[in-house]
Amino acid sequence: MIKIDNLVKAFGPKRAVDGISFSVERGEVLGFLGPNGAGKSTTMRMITGFMPPTAGKITVGTFDVAESPIEAKRLIGYLPENAASYPDMTVASFLDFVAELRGLSGSARKKAVSHVIELCFLQSVLHQSIDTLSKGYKHRTCLAQALIHDPDVLIMDEPTDGLDPNQKYEVRKLIRELGANKAIIFSTHILEEVDAACTRAIIIDRGRIVANGTPEELRAMSDLAGAVTLQARGATKERLETLGRVEPVNGAFRIYPKEKSKGPQLAQEVVELVNQYGWTVEGMYSERGELDEVFRRITLPDTVKK
Amino acid sequence: MKTIWTITKRELYAYFTSPVAYVFLVIFLLLTGFFTFTAGNFFERGEASLAAFFGWHPWVYLVLVPAVGMRVWAEERRSGTIELLLTLPVAPWQAIVAKFLASWIFLAVALLLTFPAVITVNILGEPDNGIIFAGYLGSLFLAGAYLAITCMTSAVTRNQVVAFILSVVICLFFILAGFNPVTDLMTRWASPALVDTVAAFSVVTHFDGFQRGVIDIRDLVFFLSLIGFALFATGVIIRGHRAG
Repeated sequence: MIKIDNLVKAFGPKRAVDGISFSVERGEVLGFLGPNGAGKSTTMRMITGFMPPTAGKITVGTFDVAESPIEAKRLIGYLPENAASYPDMTVASFLDFVAELRGLSGSARKKAVSHVIELCFLQSVLHQSIDTLSKGYKHRTCLAQALIHDPDVLIMDEPTDGLDPNQKYEVRKLIRELGANKAIIFSTHILEEVDAACTRAIIIDRGRIVANGTPEELRAMSDLAGAVTLQARGATKERLETLGRVEPVNGAFRIYPKEKSKGPQLAQEVVELVNQYGWTVEGMYSERGELDEVFRRITLPDTVKK
Repeated sequence: MKTIWTITKRELYAYFTSPVAYVFLVIFLLLTGFFTFTAGNFFERGEASLAAFFGWHPWVYLVLVPAVGMRVWAEERRSGTIELLLTLPVAPWQAIVAKFLASWIFLAVALLLTFPAVITVNILGEPDNGIIFAGYLGSLFLAGAYLAITCMTSAVTRNQVVAFILSVVICLFFILAGFNPVTDLMTRWASPALVDTVAAFSVVTHFDGFQRGVIDIRDLVFFLSLIGFALFATGVIIRGHRAG
């Protein structure tokens, strides 16, 4: 549904997006991760046709965004960063306005508007003007706007930003549900959202893709992946070191496999060792790896100079 | 066409739901009333015409039209809604024309509300209503020209005050180029051809014809091309922001 080929965006001498290529098919939810200023919003603005790219090609559906922007935009629902909407309008008139611009009329428009009102829980604020709404409601109003024409492609810039935990949960659930028959891209810096909603994630840093894979694959890049944490009475560091590198963690031991690929066997080996010496096990887990560790390792913080 | 009308409707709705619009209408009517009847010596003229009324329009509009138009793009950029609007299936030129039309309709409503002046002059004497009609038409185009310039300056900045000041300065130039004290000053050192060329750029020169009851195609072309040019420039400026 979305195909991006060698996309570049330069602001003066700075290349905000520097040769990004990826594609998203129907049924995929792509999480777009990266530190602030990595080029996430810029990339999304180019896909939605708001900014022309400096170089590269974007195809949405069968349309080239640069050549037939209107047709491409028809396929896209977009939730911009900060969820901007017209503050002087009421929720109902705003949604009606967007539906009209989306080419919906008559009963189809009424149906579409009432559908998104239900989907985004907006019944109680329908006739309030948008500037009187709380941040969560404003956000949901803008989300409703993006969904009104039941788009094939949904692009959301930080859809859970500023929401409370309950609302975050609802939005993630909604993204997951919608993802079944749409192509979705959403950006976030909250790593747990990748697990909660994505089928695939891309990490970008300084305008380049530094990782691309399923949440599992990304997690496996972590040093921690495959390690076994053992909390057992009687266990000693020396004995465990026969299996691999050992690190004490809060009264427990974390054993790292000698080779990444040996991860699955390690747990078995630990169990054998436990049986051999008759330790009393209080807790034992295989680490799946932590996304934030991967994230920290492959992206550089803002404070580091180029 | 439908897209344009949808956006125009929304903009008009935004004008008429804000108290600023009504304040504007009152100030506009008070000012035109004051200039016509007090400063314009309407009664002392002893003639049944609205010359005193229309003569002040280039000056009244100088302040009031930028006040109406300054928010058109500046506000859209400040609040970030421009990103929403231009990612909907809307071509930038459609949005530009739609927003211009909405503000122009608003100004036309303000102008129509001056109808008591027409009634007054018809009660007091027997004016040539054709001249009055031409005057209104010219006044509408004059407002449109200022408005298009304001749309352009409004696209330059996200600060409404800056947009306001810029457009007042530009509109003032378009008045002064044909304003008698200025052209008199110029004739002292410039050739008559140059003076005429500069004066030809003035809105006052082209508005004069309408005030005399003459709807000259050249004056219409002047105003329409000024509007067209300013809106085209608006498009270039908006594209420029996004190109980065």
